[in-house]
Amino acid sequence: MPVLEANGTKVWQRRDRATQLKIWLGWLVGTILFVYCWRIISDNTIWEFVLDAHIQAADLASRMVPPKWSYAARIWRPLWDTLNIATLGTVFALFIATPVAFLAARNTTPSRLFVRPIALLTIVSSRSINSIIWALLLVVIVGPGMFAGILAITLRSVGFIGKLLYEAIEEIDQSQVEAIVATGAGRRQVLLYGIVPQILPAFAGISVYRWDINIRESTILGWVGAGGIGLEFQASVNILAWNQVTLILIAILASVVLSEWVSAKVRHAII
Amino acid sequence: MSETATFPRQWKKPPFIQTPWIRWGIYAGAAIYLVAAFSTFPVKWGRVWAGIPRGIKFIQAFFPPDFISRWGDIQEGFVESLTITGASTVIGVAISIPIGLGAARNISPRLVYLFCRSIIATSRAFHELIVAILFVAMFGFGPFAGVLTLSFATIGFIAKLLAEEIEAIDPDQMESIRATGATWNQLMNYAVQPQVAPRMVGLSMYRLDINFRESAIIGIAGAGGIGSTLVTALDRYEYDSAAAILLTIIFIVMITEYASGYIRKYLV
Repeated sequence: MPVLEANGTKVWQRRDRATQLKIWLGWLVGTILFVYCWRIISDNTIWEFVLDAHIQAADLASRMVPPKWSYAARIWRPLWDTLNIATLGTVFALFIATPVAFLAARNTTPSRLFVRPIALLTIVSSRSINSIIWALLLVVIVGPGMFAGILAITLRSVGFIGKLLYEAIEEIDQSQVEAIVATGAGRRQVLLYGIVPQILPAFAGISVYRWDINIRESTILGWVGAGGIGLEFQASVNILAWNQVTLILIAILASVVLSEWVSAKVRHAII
Repeated sequence: MSETATFPRQWKKPPFIQTPWIRWGIYAGAAIYLVAAFSTFPVKWGRVWAGIPRGIKFIQAFFPPDFISRWGDIQEGFVESLTITGASTVIGVAISIPIGLGAARNISPRLVYLFCRSIIATSRAFHELIVAILFVAMFGFGPFAGVLTLSFATIGFIAKLLAEEIEAIDPDQMESIRATGATWNQLMNYAVQPQVAPRMVGLSMYRLDINFRESAIIGIAGAGGIGSTLVTALDRYEYDSAAAILLTIIFIVMITEYASGYIRKYLV
């Protein structure tokens, strides 16, 4: 903590001059970057459309309320589909991600040189592509509908679950494994009695957490044709039936909040 | 086990869920759900089967990726995505700070707390794409709608974590600052801010990384960025250009992830 001597009185300062300058420089660079970004955006924006946004917003709001309650009967089925896309997608992802995680973890992989990099690459490439983009591609391959949605959720979730799970496997208590090995257990028995019991809570927590995220993501997959409530949403937006859109948004909000609550409760019970 | 107490006894691994009726209830519920789900699952296996050769042809159309013929468009899309990312993170974080303060139970009155929490819940519940669609309807096509979308999404993330961080701060420091007769502003500046600032910087870096990923998809709704370029390429059946875009996205996402991880490690 630097102290400056000025006119015989000691002045306390939090940082010395060099650090203070560096911090100011950081702020300066940040501000310049932001202003520069903003300029590019402003050049690419048609401001006439932005300036009348309050009129558009008021118009939109007047069309959105009151919600068309009679439409509710038609969205139960898409909601059920959405739930299925998220849940089955998570279940399939668990089946794929678990072996991948064991292959990727440093302490369980059969070969650090060959198998581990492949498993890690699988995880990274699955994580880098958003489920919407997966859905965009899969709709062309397997056709529009729920199946494409489930596959999209599966492909995206493998990376997420795989990453968290292999980190959990690497953090296990090695002495328990050693104790099981000391009893003369085989490789399979070591896995079942030494490793699996230690990662089961993490496994359950991760899968419920991902399920919760998947509910949120599967609400929109229909926009690109992959089934669920998003399909109704797209249809309603395209025919400008904004009072139906309101109802769909309410349904999405309710299901996401509900799933988040369930997931939080379950994770709380496990830990 | 008590009936078969004859020696030698067999040891059994204790089940993960201890209470039997909860365990069997969960198993039965899962089984019923799976049956119900699959019975309403309208997959046309014929269509899937017919799609396999088509899918292979489709995947082949992606190779080799063509970086050259649309490079100008790709570059433009990426510059737009990066600027959307930068601007929306700054705006989003700036708005998140007051909302985060309001959503912290230990420093806000009940009414403000509920109001801020409901903003956070709304922002977190809706997928970025849904928000983008609504903003595009209001503000027209283009990156401005994208900036608004990602700023809104940033609020849900940063404000929630900031509020949790503030709720977990050391109350002694707040009390001692308050004992000096500090005003509310001084209390925030000297008791709360120093305790949460390092974490806040880390979170903003993390959000920058997430915002870039999301900026790649909001273009699907017409909110600018590389997503618009990708959708255009797919719509024109220029799959080789689309592959180039996807590979570039993966590459940049990996770079930003490592960079943001490195900065966070360096700062904390």
